[in-house]
Amino acid sequence: MTGLKAQLNRKLHECGRDPLSLFLLGCVIAAALITFMVLSFLLGYILWQGLPNIETGLFALQYNSENVSLFPALVDTVLMVIMALAIATPLGIFAAVYLVEYASRGNRLVSLVRVTADTLAGIPSIVYGLFGMLFFVTYLKWGYSLLAGACTVAIMILPLIMRTTEEALKAIPDSYREGSYGLGAGKLRTVFAVVLPSAVPGILAGVILSIGRIVGETAALIYTAGTVAALPDGVLSSGRTLAVHMYVLASEGLYMKQAYATAVILVVIVVAINALSSRLAKQLMKGK
Amino acid sequence: MDTKIAIETLDLYYSEFHALKNINMRIPEKEITAFIGPSGCGKSTLLKSLNRMNDLIEGCRITGRVLLDNDDIYANDDVNLLRKRVGMVFQKPNPFPMSVYDNIAFGPRTHGVKGKAKLDDMVEEALRKAAIWDEVKDRLDKSALSFSGGQQQRLCIARALAVQPEVLLMDEPTSALDPISTLKIEDLALELKQNYTIVIVTHNMQQAVRISDKTAFFLLGEVVEFNDTDSLFSNPQEKKTEDYITGRFG
Repeated sequence: MTGLKAQLNRKLHECGRDPLSLFLLGCVIAAALITFMVLSFLLGYILWQGLPNIETGLFALQYNSENVSLFPALVDTVLMVIMALAIATPLGIFAAVYLVEYASRGNRLVSLVRVTADTLAGIPSIVYGLFGMLFFVTYLKWGYSLLAGACTVAIMILPLIMRTTEEALKAIPDSYREGSYGLGAGKLRTVFAVVLPSAVPGILAGVILSIGRIVGETAALIYTAGTVAALPDGVLSSGRTLAVHMYVLASEGLYMKQAYATAVILVVIVVAINALSSRLAKQLMKGK
Repeated sequence: MDTKIAIETLDLYYSEFHALKNINMRIPEKEITAFIGPSGCGKSTLLKSLNRMNDLIEGCRITGRVLLDNDDIYANDDVNLLRKRVGMVFQKPNPFPMSVYDNIAFGPRTHGVKGKAKLDDMVEEALRKAAIWDEVKDRLDKSALSFSGGQQQRLCIARALAVQPEVLLMDEPTSALDPISTLKIEDLALELKQNYTIVIVTHNMQQAVRISDKTAFFLLGEVVEFNDTDSLFSNPQEKKTEDYITGRFG
């Protein structure tokens, strides 16, 4: 803390003679403080409201109005993340590989796909929900199901994964590609043995962001995966994720305490996923 | 000396730009041939034509012939086999972001070598040939990027040697390195010419004098003079060559 104070004093001294610098310094520090305070207030409030309400009943296998168990929702969330990623990650990565490595420069299709992806990324999730309900739920007759939900959020995160992978691939220096070609490796081997592995940390960043979006998604899921609060029998049974569970509890207004407790679990999961993925990224970067 | 590579009436265009004009040259086997000349004169472009790296550049067009052991490399479709026979070391060290071992084994694996024992042998042999085995033998599983620039460049040479090429193209291999690393690479080149045909592009005329047997002087896409290095530097036949090597331009 004294180090921080000294640093601040030094900064103040540096800017002391220039009012504009002083003003800007104040703005910068205020912005940082406000951001930090909003976040810590939010987290603190959730923990303060939620922690006392966490009981073993919340983790009961069966949901009923007695225990308001979040366990089925937890299982659904995990399933939803796995299924959506299983659909969207390969598609997004391969699409990006095509756009960056295979499509020739100035290709009309490339710019078209990019514009489409950017537009898709900006569409409110309720629109995806509506589309998912009309197409997967009604037209394909999957009903409210985890599969319909997973497909819907997969479409939602596809642009995100594609664009981050694209950026990661573009950031790989051409000298790696040249080096690989120079050794007599073909295009396929160059892309999949040299370029793509080097881009893994960037791709992973996109996947982590996507997990965050899936875990936090409600609008697109209510109309596709439904709100059944029981353990799923299979991919075609309906189920609510934690975020949906929370939304339902809060909108019913009967179990606010449990809603806060659910929020705590949700926060813990997100933090855990982030920590896990950054460790994974470090592990992957070890040989580099 | 036998001719390893014969370049015959080669012209190269980048879209409209006529980058190389009517190049004719015979590169002798198991000797070092240096390309010198000011920036933008086409020496790197010609070097990259020898293993068809120019194929990767859009709008690049080549006429004429390049004969490797009397076979026209542009008439043959197997570019990968060509690049296996004609290896390349680049201006900036470009090891892949993987371990030393995987870097060196990348080439052999590309060409279908399997089995740990065999790969181990090939990796060691390549590293020994590149005179870097003693420095890296205990750190084969370390990232290649954790080594110094000079070591990285010798790793790249080892990586090129691991595919057992016949010709080694070096594109200003020391321009990004310090004097001591440069000296090591030069010694290495002299060592390697016993078994390999080496073509080196260099900005450094002293380097050409120190290591090459033959030198070609390029200017504006043409070969002004191609001769034994000793003769070219001590008794240049062309006025332009003399002006360049005596430092009047370039």
